[in-house]
Amino acid sequence: MTMMKKLLTSAVASALMAGGAQAAISNDTVKIGYLADMSGTYRDLAGPNGLKALEMAVADFGGQVNGAKIEVVSADDRNSPDTSSSTVRRWVENDDVDLVSGMVASSVSIAVSKILEEHDRLGIISGSAASSITNEHCTPNHIHYVYDTYPLANGTASAVVKEGGKTWYMLTADYAFGHSLESDVRRVVEASGGEVIGAVRHPFPTQDFSSFVLQAQASGADVVGLANAGADTTNAITTASEFGVTQSGQTLAALLLFLTDVHALGAETAQGIQLTTGWYWDMNDETREWSDRFMEETGVRPTMVHAGIYSSAMQYLKAVEATGSDDAQTVRKQMMDTPINDMFAKNGKIRVDGRMVHDMFLAEVKTPAESTGEWDLYKILRTIPAQESYRPLSESKCKLVNK
Amino acid sequence: MSMIFGVPLAVLSGQLLIGIINGAFYALLSLGLAVIFGLLKIINFAHGAMYMLGAMTTVLMFDYLGVNYWVALLLAPLLVGAFGVVIEYFLLRRIAGQDHIYSLLLTFGVALIISGVLVNWFGVSGLRYTMPDVFKGGVNLGFMFMPYYRAWVIVAALVVCFGTWFMIEKTKLGAYLRAGTEDSQLMQGFGINVPLLISLTYGFGVALAAFAGVLAAPIYSVTPVMGSATLITVFAVVVIGGMGSIGGAIITGILMGVIEGLTKTFYPPASSAVIFLVMVLVLMFRPSGLFGKEA
Repeated sequence: MTMMKKLLTSAVASALMAGGAQAAISNDTVKIGYLADMSGTYRDLAGPNGLKALEMAVADFGGQVNGAKIEVVSADDRNSPDTSSSTVRRWVENDDVDLVSGMVASSVSIAVSKILEEHDRLGIISGSAASSITNEHCTPNHIHYVYDTYPLANGTASAVVKEGGKTWYMLTADYAFGHSLESDVRRVVEASGGEVIGAVRHPFPTQDFSSFVLQAQASGADVVGLANAGADTTNAITTASEFGVTQSGQTLAALLLFLTDVHALGAETAQGIQLTTGWYWDMNDETREWSDRFMEETGVRPTMVHAGIYSSAMQYLKAVEATGSDDAQTVRKQMMDTPINDMFAKNGKIRVDGRMVHDMFLAEVKTPAESTGEWDLYKILRTIPAQESYRPLSESKCKLVNK
Repeated sequence: MSMIFGVPLAVLSGQLLIGIINGAFYALLSLGLAVIFGLLKIINFAHGAMYMLGAMTTVLMFDYLGVNYWVALLLAPLLVGAFGVVIEYFLLRRIAGQDHIYSLLLTFGVALIISGVLVNWFGVSGLRYTMPDVFKGGVNLGFMFMPYYRAWVIVAALVVCFGTWFMIEKTKLGAYLRAGTEDSQLMQGFGINVPLLISLTYGFGVALAAFAGVLAAPIYSVTPVMGSATLITVFAVVVIGGMGSIGGAIITGILMGVIEGLTKTFYPPASSAVIFLVMVLVLMFRPSGLFGKEA
């Protein structure tokens, strides 16, 4: 009897709150699953500190939304689509997880988004790069939040071509992300009047780049483009500097560099490298204030991915609060209808294909003389407006886009 | 310019040289494995972790104590070697004489613990180590730019490899070692402290890995996970050379470096697999390895 009563009251209460029959928070709990590489190559750019960022957002909400408890669970994706798929399946089938956050390796995100679509839950991808995630792999159940390969190529490649780097030689990581980035770079370089004269696809991961660097030198190209990430990129940059790539007049263009990579390389080795980023901790008072809080928790400065995890969790929870529901489609629609204005993005907008479009930034790594501290690493050269940055919907292959 | 299979001769010479340099690393690492397996019959899956520890120790000693490269070259292998002796004494000794699989699992576990703990402390982005000043720059060989440091790697690795081979195969100490592992009771009867000899051998084997780690510190990003990928490749090299063959490990190491280098030139996507392909072929046609004794 009491059970029945409870059910009735909660049903009435939620109906009153949101004014809709299906608008309710299931199990009186909003459960967020954090999935990321916690121990491998991509650990530092998201990893355990990304979980901290997510927990900061939950704490800022006081641990509850509309009286429902917010719970966080987490798992190591081991950069494996298989492991991730079984984790997420368990999360949505047994543990009632409403939102999956984090997600780094593009192959993981693509696999997970299929499961989320099957079970109609929501995913917000902050770490992955492949632009195909909201193009041919788009679903009504995920949002791609921080950046993708399209603006990386747009920002860095077009800037380098403008400075006279007409011929390119690409060192590309041999998997989905590398291929996607290489083809985006080709498009931009050719559109700006340059040419990609050669490319080598290296295994992921590779420790010794000397052989590939030698091939790039022999090609005589103006620019050596690095379409890889994490330790591959830092190893390639170290080897290129050892073999005198820049001294012999070639330019090095790293298409994807995270703050943690640049920090590992140091200003001495990385100085002068241009890169495109979705966010930098030292841009204004708002970013600095949040970064100080983050640093108190973690001891390091946040990457754009950390900031994106926090920001997207806040947007998600606000949408749950406004609609009184944790239903994936209700929340996603609310998030699409609400422009994002916070420490991460100004006037950011989630499109129908799931792409969050916002301003991107072309940055240059400071010289040791310019850098005033171990994390004082970028100077922002140019803001790339949201509309110029991302793939326009008119070019989209996403099934959700009506053309 | 003369071409070979569509690749300019100059590029090819460069790639051969690079292959020899990488081969020198493989030789050093597989030599340590071969010493440990050949004399102690232990399959040392902690070898990659010891290589990583050598590199990490070099960086940390420089950062916190200001220890320079040359001192590290001596001190890091000594420290890691001592750590190896501790592992042998407290762990490996307890499973001596058991099936190989026990030593494999035990050392694999040790490796996972070591790298897991260090990942927690230092992350995976890599620690910075600045190249010693004397090695900065390089020389133009006409067909390639040869950084001084890579030349030093070849010299250092070959000297250490040859020294080890000479000690084990040609000196009295080496004779004791080989005899002690062949028939330890008899050797103990002759008054030789065989357990000590075994501890020191394991320590020496991992010290070789640590030495390779010191050599790697200025040119690769130093991270707690740097050993895991290298380990598998090096095991393949040892299998190709013949488990336990000291000279075989050295020659095969260099040979595989060259084969991998050529693959990186002609068909890069296969470069991570080519050594394993060779391993499969060798196991099919000469199961005891190129330099192993036929069983």
